[in-house]
Amino acid sequence: MSHTALGSTKRPAAFLVHWPSRLAWIGLGLYVLYAAGQVNVSWERFVSGLPQAAKLFDRMFPPNLAPDKLDLITTGMLETIQIAVIATVVGVILSLPLSVMAARNLSPAWLAASARVFIAVCRSFHPVIVSILFVKAVGFGALAGVLALIVSSLGFVGKLFAEVLEELNEKQVEAVRSTGAGFFSVLIMAVMPQVFARFIGLSAYQFDSNLRNSTMVGIVGGGGIGAALFTAYQRFDYDVVLTILIVIIALIMLAELLANSLKKIFR
Amino acid sequence: MNRPLQIVNEQHWERFSATERIGRSAFYIVTVLAFVWALKKIEVIPEFLYDAPEQTADLFKRMWPFDWKFYPDNIHPALIETFHIATLGTLISLLIAVPLAFLAARNFTSNKTLNWIAQFIFVSTRSVNSLIWALLFVAIFGPGALAGVLSIAFRSIGFVGKLFGEAIEEANKGPIEALTASGAPRSMLLVKGYWPQVSPAFWSVALLRWDINIRESAVLGLVGAGGIGVALDSAMNNLYWDQVGLILAIIFTVVILTEIVTSTIRSRIL
Amino acid sequence: MTAVGPGLLSINGLFKEYRQGEPVLKDINLSIDASGVTAIIGPSGTGKSTLIRCINRLIDPTSGQIMFRGLDLAQLTGRSLREARCHIGMVFQEYNLVERLTVIENVLCGKLGRLPIWRPLLRKFSAQDIAQAFDLIDAVGLSQDFASRRADALSGGQRQRVGIARALMQEPSLILADEPTSSLDPKTSVEIMELLDQVSRQRQVPVIVNIHNVVLARRFATRIIGMSSGKVVFDGPPEALQDKHLNEIYGGEDWQA
Repeated sequence: MSHTALGSTKRPAAFLVHWPSRLAWIGLGLYVLYAAGQVNVSWERFVSGLPQAAKLFDRMFPPNLAPDKLDLITTGMLETIQIAVIATVVGVILSLPLSVMAARNLSPAWLAASARVFIAVCRSFHPVIVSILFVKAVGFGALAGVLALIVSSLGFVGKLFAEVLEELNEKQVEAVRSTGAGFFSVLIMAVMPQVFARFIGLSAYQFDSNLRNSTMVGIVGGGGIGAALFTAYQRFDYDVVLTILIVIIALIMLAELLANSLKKIFR
Repeated sequence: MNRPLQIVNEQHWERFSATERIGRSAFYIVTVLAFVWALKKIEVIPEFLYDAPEQTADLFKRMWPFDWKFYPDNIHPALIETFHIATLGTLISLLIAVPLAFLAARNFTSNKTLNWIAQFIFVSTRSVNSLIWALLFVAIFGPGALAGVLSIAFRSIGFVGKLFGEAIEEANKGPIEALTASGAPRSMLLVKGYWPQVSPAFWSVALLRWDINIRESAVLGLVGAGGIGVALDSAMNNLYWDQVGLILAIIFTVVILTEIVTSTIRSRIL
Repeated sequence: MTAVGPGLLSINGLFKEYRQGEPVLKDINLSIDASGVTAIIGPSGTGKSTLIRCINRLIDPTSGQIMFRGLDLAQLTGRSLREARCHIGMVFQEYNLVERLTVIENVLCGKLGRLPIWRPLLRKFSAQDIAQAFDLIDAVGLSQDFASRRADALSGGQRQRVGIARALMQEPSLILADEPTSSLDPKTSVEIMELLDQVSRQRQVPVIVNIHNVVLARRFATRIIGMSSGKVVFDGPPEALQDKHLNEIYGGEDWQA
């Protein structure tokens, strides 16, 4: 092909400027500058806080390992785990019928819509806020935390599992149905195999999430280690705070490891 | 991952191998045991339980009707502040998490130490709740939105980094191989090879985390890190339940709206 | 067949084993010094793909020498390897285009090895490069309006043409093609082989093709190299390829395409 002088051959432009995205980027930049000013977030403030951070870390090290503190922490951690276990088991079991109700391919429109609204409400509030409400209703302690996390589990597992059910491969269900199987047989042989692995995965993820949240609900009275953490914090016992943080991080990392190996078993 | 789907040999069909069956049974048994143990140990004060329905009814009665007058001066600025905290925090976390995710991705960075360091940063930032981060940052920087922004940012680094790192590892190797074969430098492998493949995942994760952060920012004020949580905290301390009711309703509306917006955009990206 | 100076490729004693004691390539000695298509044929697993990929070091040889433009490719690393690769274009079985980029951007990617970083980053390519890319899109038989289509909106044959255009963008002294037709239907396979042959003759660039289809190889290649169990067992023009050679290469396998 002979290369003629540029511009003498009619050619489309190689790269068109996509104005909407360019404007969006500029808008984003302007927003960041505006917002940072509004909430008084600036690099200078960050840097000027660093000496204070150094002081804090100084008071945190070494972590407090006194036996009475450790005792307190152990009780708190066990309670945290208990809250997470109960909330996950109950929440997951309750989500099963709830998500079937919310799945638009498995239940009538009016039922699906109401179930979805219910799930949305459960999901909209942070577990800490829900804990505050339950503390008012059933008093301080682990029960409030458990109930709050059950609500949160319904919100997440219910929604995600309803989506899994909606993505069901219709053909497989049809095939089993055409052999004359009844509703429950269809459920077991066609629906369950497709969704079971996903369901276990979601439950494991929810347990992990509940464990993280149950470390916090104590701050507002919902039981678990959060209470001990908050008390130590308010008393400026930062070395105790560090111990508790280390234990929390270790616990969550352990839970993540377990969740990963669980996924491998259930693949 | 590559296990046979079923074990089939003459006249014998099993869905799972022996080790898998043991693993699955162990899991069920452990779950049941854990549940029973937890139930036994948990303390429930019966008196509180009995008047729970009455307490709940009382609570809802006090919340409604909402104290609408309260809104303009007290809630609106706090709401806007919450929005700023969530957005700025998410943006900062993206700036930090994206390069770290490329370091963590084993197909992009072959240095195992770097992989490990990045993964460690992700796991540790993920393991601390934003509320707990808020406690720390309030202790360092004092109460206010700065602590809130940093809490959101730090917590999100782990979330974004892990998901985005996984997306990078799932990138198709073919185009990368082609660009390598033509002598392209590593920076260009990233810009023209990896980035076009993973950018939908990036936007999806960013929007998802932003959505979650809106929810989280609302409660940070309970420990003094700015946003609508501060208004909620003071309303609750003063037992102004009608204000509390209003605030909760506002939070609910904002969260729902954000979720609708982000899930619509996310479903169109992927 | 005219001699092509810079395209001189000389492989000496190439040896590759993935696992100790199980060599995939045994003592390969070859030299390519003319334009035209050289087809490497042989059954699956015989090392054809490994050989091709050793040339531009997508796979590292265990030992041996690969002389190209006066340098031993087997010894190069880092910057010098990248510079050497700039002169070798490659076409793949799975096309290996960046799916979400447009055709013209994919073609321009061929020049990534030679451009300063800011150009592809900001998409500010020189007018010359863009004109060259459009010319190449023409040259491979695609019309101008393909330029701004996304690569994943193209058919297999069209994608392979873009892949060839991308390789040509490098202005290479050698083109490697790893089973370029294996994912294409018979008619498109012929078209692509025709294109490779045409490109080779017009631009005086040797093309080494790895191919299963003996009929296509016979039709378009000017030289055929037959491999069996990691060794070269036939090296000559297509006219010299007889049934007894094919039996040796394919060992009684059905080699009729």
